[in-house]
Amino acid sequence: MRVEARILLLLGAFFGAMCVVYWFWGHEDAGSIMMLGGTLLGFLPGTYYYYWSRRMTPRPEDRSDATLEEGAGVIATFPGSSIFPFLLGMGAFLSVLSMVFGVWLAIPGVGLILWALLGATAESRRGGVH
Amino acid sequence: MTDLLEPSSLSADSHGHSDADHNSASPHDGAHHEHHGATGILNWLTSTDHKVIGMSYTITSVAMLVIGGAFAMVIRAQLVAPNNHLVNFSQYNELFTMHGSVMIYLFAGPFAFGALANFIVPIQIGAPDMAFPRLNALSYWLYLTGSITMLLGFFTAGGAANFGWVAYAPLSDIINSPGAGADLWIGALLLTGFSAIFTGVNLTATIFYLRAPGMTLFRMPIFTWNLLVTGILILLAFPVLTAGLIMLFCDRHFQTHIYTQHLGGVPVLWQHIFWFWGHPEVYILALPFFGMVTEIIPVFSKKPVFGYKGMVFATLTIAALSLGVWAHHMFTTGVVLLPFFSIMSLLIAVPTGIKIFNWIGTMWRGQIWFSTAMLMSIGFVVTFLIGGLTGIYLASPPLDFFAHDTYFVVAHFHSVVMALVLGGMAGLYYWAPKMTGYLLNERIGKFQFWLLFIGTQLLTFPQYVLGLQGMPRRIAQYILDPGWQTLNIWSSVGGFMIGFSTLLFVVNLWVSWKKYPAGDNPWDAHTLEWYTTSPPPHHNFYRLPQIRSERPTWDANHPDSKALVHGHNEDGAGH
Repeated sequence: MRVEARILLLLGAFFGAMCVVYWFWGHEDAGSIMMLGGTLLGFLPGTYYYYWSRRMTPRPEDRSDATLEEGAGVIATFPGSSIFPFLLGMGAFLSVLSMVFGVWLAIPGVGLILWALLGATAESRRGGVH
Repeated sequence: MTDLLEPSSLSADSHGHSDADHNSASPHDGAHHEHHGATGILNWLTSTDHKVIGMSYTITSVAMLVIGGAFAMVIRAQLVAPNNHLVNFSQYNELFTMHGSVMIYLFAGPFAFGALANFIVPIQIGAPDMAFPRLNALSYWLYLTGSITMLLGFFTAGGAANFGWVAYAPLSDIINSPGAGADLWIGALLLTGFSAIFTGVNLTATIFYLRAPGMTLFRMPIFTWNLLVTGILILLAFPVLTAGLIMLFCDRHFQTHIYTQHLGGVPVLWQHIFWFWGHPEVYILALPFFGMVTEIIPVFSKKPVFGYKGMVFATLTIAALSLGVWAHHMFTTGVVLLPFFSIMSLLIAVPTGIKIFNWIGTMWRGQIWFSTAMLMSIGFVVTFLIGGLTGIYLASPPLDFFAHDTYFVVAHFHSVVMALVLGGMAGLYYWAPKMTGYLLNERIGKFQFWLLFIGTQLLTFPQYVLGLQGMPRRIAQYILDPGWQTLNIWSSVGGFMIGFSTLLFVVNLWVSWKKYPAGDNPWDAHTLEWYTTSPPPHHNFYRLPQIRSERPTWDANHPDSKALVHGHNEDGAGH
């Protein structure tokens, strides 16, 4: 986890340095703000990972001498299959088309999005389909 | 770690259990659960398996390559003769806009980080799936519907978008581009933009959290490394484009005047926002293809990759610099800081040069097997070098002022993107056996390579000369000049060769269909995806080898490690 944190922090630091140089050299607002956004994107997750990397023992995937046995046990749960990503995608599709072909298309579009969000949440609590 | 992942039905067990022999870890319990899901079209609609999604991405993006290529064929046919009337001006504008848009937004990007990455990255790190499988499925549906949305423009009264793939303001405002095609183009990019952002999240989380024990970051295959950096770049760049598109839509329909010339708007702001996404996007496109050839060249040279850490740091350096180069596309606007962007752009040549040096170093004194995948990879290196070197010219403001908006620029980026097509084809020939269980026909593949490689150079070389002679880009007709016509004919012949080579690939898929069984590891390759079956089972592995280097499959298959060593002869003696 420490290497992951360092990568993000180094990228953030480089973007930050670039942002400072650009602002004082060019006095241009849009680019400076966007580079500041890039700096934050490096630092926000980077500091989070760095904070935790100092408080946890290295994970088996962080250690070059780790054996497969050390990673034994359930590592995660994965949904076998789900219709809700498809429904959410179709809802987003209709909503975007409503911007062009008529607001009425947003009614089924938003309806599908809500159905999919509620369904996916319920599926997560229930356990879904194998 | 469970709390980081989507809670749902199937628990995937970790990477093997205790076993006396560490080189053959015990069966993967997650894979032991046979997957009794839906079949047929319902399986396709509901699957959250990264392999099914990766395959869907592959088929859709190759279909987009064919569609975008068909537009290019019409463009090249139009330019065969001066004052040609195959298509009218308006149709030509739609064609070059949709050619660029389909190729960049719907083929190159999704193929790079959606198709092969989706299929291969989790397997390369020993993971059972992507970190967020349902989000992954949503990414695909947003990509597919985004693609349909963009192409729907051709069926509207005003035709498809026709303001170029960059949609510069004020050309893209409601007065200059009033049709529904423009709004569909914006809507399509909103859908595919969110698709890309979700994929970026998924790739990063998967690589950070789902690696097998012993798979440290500096043991990951370079392909996976490059996709990690691509994921981070996606998260940096795509939200900016999405925000810019929403503002463009508001300008067009809600009179917000953000990019207009009056009421306080700033048209050049669109260029800043677009290229702040657009130049990192070049690396978002390129890095996955760099990764593909970095997997292929060592395997077919029978050597480890030369300069592994150098490759990783070069990738990270490219990512770091990529955020500070956007305005080299805007030199001629007269309002950008020329020295800053010129220096930053020139600096990118250094890590890219390191990569090219390392690819050559990997081949150096290797036992090279000129398979189709290897030929395509070498073709990639040569073509990308040409594109990269001409990019150095364009990073210099005085030269850019001269060549801007001419065919020199068109030739430069077609050298770059056609190199990516060569790299992508290399990836398909290399990984198709893993994805389908069957090899592609090598004879047809090699014929396809020569057509594609020669066609690419024939397409671009005349365009470099045309650009220096002053031929502007994006013109439907050109002056009656014998020199220009000859060069355009050669360029069109190259374009048609590329088109034919793509058809040949489709023919190869048909001819090779379930004909040449591949086995688990037909190339004697190095990385984890070649340790499992072809195609891999649900949740990818029945068992995993112990991971002790960046080449775990090679280590398992060659315990005495007969690899060629850099700087040594075949027998291992130094020289």
